[in-house]
Amino acid sequence: MSPWTASLQARKSPNESEPRGSRPGLLRVATAAALFWAGAALAQEPKIDPWPGLVTDIFHDRAIKEHEGVVALDAPKRAEDAAIVPMTITLLEPGLRAATLVIDENPMPMAAAFSFGVGAGVAKIETRVRVNSYTNVHVVGQTADGALHSVAKFVKASGGCSAPAIKDQDEAAANLGKMKYREFTSETPALREAQIMIRHPNNSGLQMDPITRAYLPAHYVDKVEVRQGEALIFSMEGGISLSEDPSFRFAYKPNGAKVMRVEARDNQGNVFKGEWPIGGAS
Amino acid sequence: MLQCTIRRLAIACLCLVASGAKSFELTEIAPGVFVHQGETALMSRDNLGGIANLGAIVGEEAIAVIDTGGSRAEGEAFLAALQQRSTKPIRYVIDTHVHPDHIFGNIAFRDTGAVFVGHKNLPRAMAARGPHYLASFRETMGTLLDDVSLVPPTLTVERETTLDLGGRKIVLKAWRTAHSDSDLTALDPQSGTLFTGDLLFLQHVPIVDGSLLGFLSVIDELRKIEAARVVPGHGPAVAPWPQALAAQKAYLDHLTRDLRASIAKGESLARAAAAAGRSEKPNWLLFEDYHTRNATAGFAELEWEAP
Repeated sequence: MSPWTASLQARKSPNESEPRGSRPGLLRVATAAALFWAGAALAQEPKIDPWPGLVTDIFHDRAIKEHEGVVALDAPKRAEDAAIVPMTITLLEPGLRAATLVIDENPMPMAAAFSFGVGAGVAKIETRVRVNSYTNVHVVGQTADGALHSVAKFVKASGGCSAPAIKDQDEAAANLGKMKYREFTSETPALREAQIMIRHPNNSGLQMDPITRAYLPAHYVDKVEVRQGEALIFSMEGGISLSEDPSFRFAYKPNGAKVMRVEARDNQGNVFKGEWPIGGAS
Repeated sequence: MLQCTIRRLAIACLCLVASGAKSFELTEIAPGVFVHQGETALMSRDNLGGIANLGAIVGEEAIAVIDTGGSRAEGEAFLAALQQRSTKPIRYVIDTHVHPDHIFGNIAFRDTGAVFVGHKNLPRAMAARGPHYLASFRETMGTLLDDVSLVPPTLTVERETTLDLGGRKIVLKAWRTAHSDSDLTALDPQSGTLFTGDLLFLQHVPIVDGSLLGFLSVIDELRKIEAARVVPGHGPAVAPWPQALAAQKAYLDHLTRDLRASIAKGESLARAAAAAGRSEKPNWLLFEDYHTRNATAGFAELEWEAP
């Protein structure tokens, strides 16, 4: 069984049965993470390109055109810090409905699936991800007609002692759910640029404390909605491939609303809300 | 003729063995304080992962080992060299933090009967990062990792603990998140020697894998420790204390200043990380291997303090 095909919508392996009454989402994450740790030791084996499997799992085998022109991806050639790798998605075609960011070789490849509000005019979205090993990173854009378009970048893994792990676990837990909002001068006059930051460990879980022999449960932000007034700018569904303290910096078309509203949820049922006045770009 | 060749081969083998043993240098930097200086390099097959400084303190009854090296092979060479210097038992193995170049050698000491000691966060950090370290170092270290498994501490330090080696006390102090979230220092008051682990880098560019601001604040605290000399985690085996802190503090200050300016200007992480602190490059070795990483993590930390 290859860990490389595990994803947010991980296929069930033939010998895995889901206990009745379990929480399927959590189980799948746990499974993906378990497969990863088991799989990490196999890193020397010839790699099978996980992408075709991911097309099945995440995009249900729909046709995906590979070309520049609809979405662009700016990714570093090398992941300097495995835990914080900046990724910028540029939406080249107006009216894009969705963009999905996939870190092919990660234990939970689907990092973030963004959906954009109609008329929100999102032109760019920058976030940060964990990169476990040498990997392709795909972004798949969905146009209004439902067609899928992808681009890919290859990212080299960081040096060995940079782990895609939390820097300070106690701090992360103590500040859970705190949010920060920043505004920036946009490069495009008709657009505004802003950033939402959420304090969260975004922990992959399944690491056993060797003293207590207890497993740390997976704990991650799985849904974020960002609105100007009532109008959706974007929503995001994500998993453990997003860095701790998830951050989204985005350019959008203002609709005159005075308030930026954010609602984030995590897989343990916590809901975090924030609201800020939309001011003059600082 | 054949005999001659065999004899030559035998001599060659003996030389190899001898040079192998000899290549692990252990220097007595103060009475009963031994240090092995690591190479300033990345961990590799060729250097057996031997890039960190390792130490040992010998009391009247027993020995404390401070860090064990970057592979079982290095740990075994360290143990062998140590046993040539002293026949006393190893009572403690002190891990200064979670990084592989300091703890992969633990396995070589597992059967010595020593108690493994670490920061209260070390077991958790080993659990969270260990599997990744073992997998990611395969590429550069290959089969050297076959016989490495992580040995977590059974004695953990919440704030401060004193170990007794018989007539010689060792003071261990656990620090807030700085270089990592499991940094532990060891002080031998008898000789005035401080082992900082990676809370101090000399020549080798500092690495921030915990908190930039935490690292700076810990430097200020470290400075108050009374010692005559320091054994840094990387760089020369021994250096004067506390003067040895100056270069690292300047580097971290510089990086912090540049990152704050970039954040205030609204620059993106990628752009800021590519530029911040670059002018420190001539002062450090392995700069390109770690500096942008420090800047990246520092940016993500410092942007939370922006207005």
